[in-house]
Amino acid sequence: MARYYTKEHEWLDVTGDVATVGITDHAQEQLGDVVFVELPKAGTTVAKGAEVAVVESVKAASDIYAPASGKVVEANTALEDTPAGVNEDAEGAAWFFKLELSDKSELDGLMDADAYAAFLETIA
Amino acid sequence: MPDPQTTPLDALHRELGARMVDFAGWSMPVQYPTGILKEHVWTRTRASLFDVSHMGQIRMPGADAAAAIESLVPADIQALKPGRARYTQFTTLDGGIIDDLIVTATDDGLYLVVNAGGRDTDLAHLREHLPGREIELLADRALLALQGPAAVNVLARLAPEVAGLRFMSSIELEAAGLELRISRLGYTGEDGFEVSVAAGHAVELARTLLAAEEVQPAGLGARDSLRLEAGLCLYGHDIDRTTSPIEADLAWTVQKRRRAEGGFPGAERILAELRDGPARRLVGIRPEGRAPAREGAAILDGSGQAIGKVTSGGFGPTVDGPVAMGYVAGAAAEPGTPLQLEVRGRKLPARVEALPFVPHRYHR
Repeated sequence: MARYYTKEHEWLDVTGDVATVGITDHAQEQLGDVVFVELPKAGTTVAKGAEVAVVESVKAASDIYAPASGKVVEANTALEDTPAGVNEDAEGAAWFFKLELSDKSELDGLMDADAYAAFLETIA
Repeated sequence: MPDPQTTPLDALHRELGARMVDFAGWSMPVQYPTGILKEHVWTRTRASLFDVSHMGQIRMPGADAAAAIESLVPADIQALKPGRARYTQFTTLDGGIIDDLIVTATDDGLYLVVNAGGRDTDLAHLREHLPGREIELLADRALLALQGPAAVNVLARLAPEVAGLRFMSSIELEAAGLELRISRLGYTGEDGFEVSVAAGHAVELARTLLAAEEVQPAGLGARDSLRLEAGLCLYGHDIDRTTSPIEADLAWTVQKRRRAEGGFPGAERILAELRDGPARRLVGIRPEGRAPAREGAAILDGSGQAIGKVTSGGFGPTVDGPVAMGYVAGAAAEPGTPLQLEVRGRKLPARVEALPFVPHRYHR
């Protein structure tokens, strides 16, 4: 399994053709208290960069963009009842959805953990 | 854009780990490390300290100041005894709202508190329409709000007199060696105080208040969710130059004598709306699900017809669900009226709900 990160502060764990997608710890910290998560339905086809989910804090709504193209095969519906889980375990139990990748070459442009850490330094 | 102005508590906010944002030309704390949700709940259960020094404090001395300002606002200011305060609005000639403010009668005239975003406009407005009158921006004063059920006990340790103050009352006193103006009012729906203090002593006062175990700092984020649950208008969002006080459900701020006499800008429209009812009205709205509807979301009636827009909306931590305010056609303003809110292309069921969402707990 390989973990990738995007500049939009998402993470992807890729096993075979399926990527588990969530937002990074940095993202949840910036958002603050998460009070609502809207997830895509299983079966939805998304293009890389398309709005695929919404996460809302007390203050504002933020769009989550598909980090790669593919078909949503599962959504973490537990987050709909316990959105605060995103603040507790953003890079683990609070994953958003699983995506069956249609073009794994799209992963080439993404960052690994070290590159993402360096990226966070540049925007700090 | 010029650099934002900073309040006398700027360094303290940073020391406390606040996340700072630009707000109306000021660098202000939006939240501290505990986060908006906890700050909100703490305010409703204990007491929170808010820096509201960005708001404009204005002194208007003169025995006839009350009569003079009545030419610009629809409230009965002359009826205020020294030490009493009223919420009112500067109105436009066609009955819109230039800004909303608190007017306090003092021993030597009036003390006004206006919004940060309105202070320059308001000062120009006052000086233009009340020429020759002394109108002084108290730029060397900070303003701290201590809000929540424990606020009175905390403040009474410094100044026992505050325990006897009623809601919308104000006194000048000396406490802990500082000259303070303390007013029992606020923007959270809770009991609480706003304390005007010399800028040079603001940090000292803030540290003294924060040292109390009941007190935590809170930022603009919690201030916004608290005022929304309390059904209090935010200028530039729920009210502006296009909305009248009557549309905004602020008829209670136009007292009997002013209704009879008029004599304020926009009286024609405002008195007509008082008589006939406004065409639209600001109401509380409860979305039925968990999804918040934000400012700008379209409001549809039961048949799907667009009848207005959400002017404030978000998550209410005490309500534990989404809450909103917005304008609807007069016929749809009754509590219980079913509505739909358009959020990200979907129509979410909602209902008109009587404001406030969380009962006010003022010390009357």
